[in-house]
Amino acid sequence: MDDLYREIIIEHYKNPSYRGELDPHDISFSDENPLCGDHIRIDLRVNDLGVITEAGFSGHGCAISQASADLLLESVIGKTLDEVKAMTKQDILDLLGIELGPVRLKCALLSLKVLKAGVYGLDQANDNLVEE
Amino acid sequence: MTISTPLDVKRIRADFPILDREIHPGKKLIYLDSTATAQKPAAVIEAMNTYYRQSNANIHRGVHALAEEATASYEGARQKVAKFIGAKNSRQVIFTRNASEALNLVAQSWGRANLNPGDVIVLTEMEHHSNLVPWQMLAVEKNLRLEFIEVTPDGLLDMETYKKCLSLQPKLVSFTQMSNVLGTINPAKEMIAMAHAAGAVAVIDGAQSVPHFAVDVMDLDADFLAFSAHKMCGPTGIGALYGRESLLEAMPPYQGGGDMIRKVFLRSFTPNELPHKFEAGTPAIAEGIGFGAAVDYLSSVGMGQIEAHEQALISYALERLEEIPGVKVIGPEASKKGGVAAFVMDGVHPHDVAQILDGEGIAVRAGHHCAMPLHDKFHLPATSRASFYLYNTIEEIDHLVEAIYKVKKMFG
Ligand SMILES: Cc1ncc(COP(=O)(O)O)c(C=O)c1O
Repeated sequence: MDDLYREIIIEHYKNPSYRGELDPHDISFSDENPLCGDHIRIDLRVNDLGVITEAGFSGHGCAISQASADLLLESVIGKTLDEVKAMTKQDILDLLGIELGPVRLKCALLSLKVLKAGVYGLDQANDNLVEE
Repeated sequence: MTISTPLDVKRIRADFPILDREIHPGKKLIYLDSTATAQKPAAVIEAMNTYYRQSNANIHRGVHALAEEATASYEGARQKVAKFIGAKNSRQVIFTRNASEALNLVAQSWGRANLNPGDVIVLTEMEHHSNLVPWQMLAVEKNLRLEFIEVTPDGLLDMETYKKCLSLQPKLVSFTQMSNVLGTINPAKEMIAMAHAAGAVAVIDGAQSVPHFAVDVMDLDADFLAFSAHKMCGPTGIGALYGRESLLEAMPPYQGGGDMIRKVFLRSFTPNELPHKFEAGTPAIAEGIGFGAAVDYLSSVGMGQIEAHEQALISYALERLEEIPGVKVIGPEASKKGGVAAFVMDGVHPHDVAQILDGEGIAVRAGHHCAMPLHDKFHLPATSRASFYLYNTIEEIDHLVEAIYKVKKMFG
């Protein structure tokens, strides 16, 4: 149990490095988890080569969803949009370093879902974005 | 800490097999989520098993012995449920899947037949989605106007706004007798009288009230009352709608199929009599029988005793929770509510609270509890909710408080 709240998660929840909105931005997307009302917005700046140079998230949610957003953004700086498109559920679980049940998995994956929906330029996010 | 409650909880707990469970290694289950669904006593589980082992048959249409037996058990359960809520006649109790379906039945059958464009429906800001969305759907279809009784900052209905709503001459008023988030017990009898004086039909969402204190439809003078078996120690898959006989008689059927008809021709049918008119197809027979066993069980304990026990628990819980720095419980003081404590904690999301409590074996719920507009009203995306029933103890509340201190430490 206490595994779920490993120090790294509490730390990223309490002192996130990538919290904030980017204005202007090249890509912005937001969505919520209707089960719990968690809400995440992600803004990106992307250079001419399609490489992410800056990222920020805003919104509210539990420690798992907020920490996973922070860890995710940390990991995508310097990545290309195509590399982001290839990311999956497993990447998030590796970043968090924990096992999650079906309910909390939704919290953990919200940020990746939002990020990918923005990168693909979709109108609406969907769960297929974060399946393997 | 010695707090007296009128129930012999130790004996009651022995009736619920699940309460013995060790939910995590070394952690006994502390179940504080009865508002979502209650645990089931052995008597209910056994009643359903016995039906499947000894009496399983389809009801109403057979003449063989098993069919007679099954019909007698199912209709017997209807009589028990009717008596439990003080209905004059079991014809007035329609079995549905749950409280939600009961409310949809009123909206789709009574509402469609009796409401016209521009008509006003009055609801409250503290409703469960089940008593909002069916009316929203009907309002779109029939161009109706929805008006809302407001909730005060301390979680009570604002009666001045109710009077304002009634001055619009609504055709229907529908509200919960007890909030599943704030725990507030609304003055239903008085509100129903006010609705009637304004010429409106009064629908009561009894999903939280019927399980927790004695509800008498005659005393309330309610037109409709909706409730679910699973929140009152009965099985899932069955609930009930009580209705005033004259209203039910005049209403068109809800769904079509077997059992709800008297005669069928190729191009038309005549509906069956009450209550079968509203029960299309083979019903949840075992669940109906389990529902009957559940009201028998609650009656044997005594609804007055259960209410007093929960009152003792919530008074104690509010006192203990409010002494924790950074914890805030929403809703009114203990004397105005049932056994529900929804709370927020500074700096910790409700999901995380619930998850850490789970690690201690404590089951609470986190989220908006199917009351998003109410959470919006309090500017909260979510709350954690501990709720109590006849089998909960003062010691369990002590464990809850200790575990909350642990959450504080982890996030401190
Ligand atoms: C006040 C209230 N109304 C209606 C319902 C809906 O009950 P069900 O899901 O059994 O239909 C609930 C269940 O949480 C409730 O608490």
